[in-house]
Amino acid sequence: MTPGGYFFGVCAVVAVLGALATISARNPIRGAMGLLATIVGIAGMYVQLSAQFLAAIQLIVYAGAVVVLFVFVIMLLGPDAHGADGGKRPGSWARWIAAPLVSVLLLGGAVLLARVSTPQRFRAAPPGHGTIEAVGGDVFGRALVPFELSTALLIVAAVGAIAIARSRATKPSERPASVGATRRLFGGAIHPRDARTVDDEVAR
Amino acid sequence: MSAFGHVLEHYVLVATLIFGIGCVGFLVRRNVLVQLMSIELMLNAVNLALVAYDREQGAGSTGQTFAFFVIAVAAAEVAVGLAIILAFYRLRGTVDGDVADTLRH
Repeated sequence: MTPGGYFFGVCAVVAVLGALATISARNPIRGAMGLLATIVGIAGMYVQLSAQFLAAIQLIVYAGAVVVLFVFVIMLLGPDAHGADGGKRPGSWARWIAAPLVSVLLLGGAVLLARVSTPQRFRAAPPGHGTIEAVGGDVFGRALVPFELSTALLIVAAVGAIAIARSRATKPSERPASVGATRRLFGGAIHPRDARTVDDEVAR
Repeated sequence: MSAFGHVLEHYVLVATLIFGIGCVGFLVRRNVLVQLMSIELMLNAVNLALVAYDREQGAGSTGQTFAFFVIAVAAAEVAVGLAIILAFYRLRGTVDGDVADTLRH
């Protein structure tokens, strides 16, 4: 086995084990760490596929922003982030049948693809494949309009996220001065145990 | 197996595995945070397949450009999704997805 083969094997095992940890962890923080392992493993496979720019983007956006956002929200929710898994839920048997069925069908399709086609090694990548120049030329060339639209999408998403997260906002003049700066910023209480105290202070 | 890790099918197999795991997590878990993470897993698996097929195809980098846009959309989705989870938690005091049934009644 070539060094590249070992690298791919390690990345694949890390990614799949991380995915399993993500969905099986009782503690969502552990789930976020599993997601991080999957993301790093997939970034390694991007390097193996000579997509260096995407590997860097993957690490910056996913490991640097998405996972951190998840961890922030989990810490904001505190112990209530564990949720109420387990116990009876309506229609749970249908999910338990449907979920493995979907996965087995997908996996069967992939295995069939591997059996039907004769696996061939990748041809040598053309020089500059997957570099910033190659992807950037595509993004700012043929995909310029979608790129500009995606910038608008990101701004709208950021504004929308703020608007959704700070519901129950009151006018600055109606906010009691005794409420802390964080609560003034977000309007309402983040945690239900604070809700009554904030409402009491508003009532006063 | 000297071609291990240099063949399209291996990457497609790993991508399918991760997609299936994410699918199971989304359907079986009740915690909306874990469900959102499962969606991320599925998006990542699709990205891996896109980049693998791009490498197979050789010339051009259409697949990588596509994966780039998927990453941008996924980032926006996570921001909005987590904000919705926060608002939902403020409303109901839990992150159990089965409690989110306001539109059903």
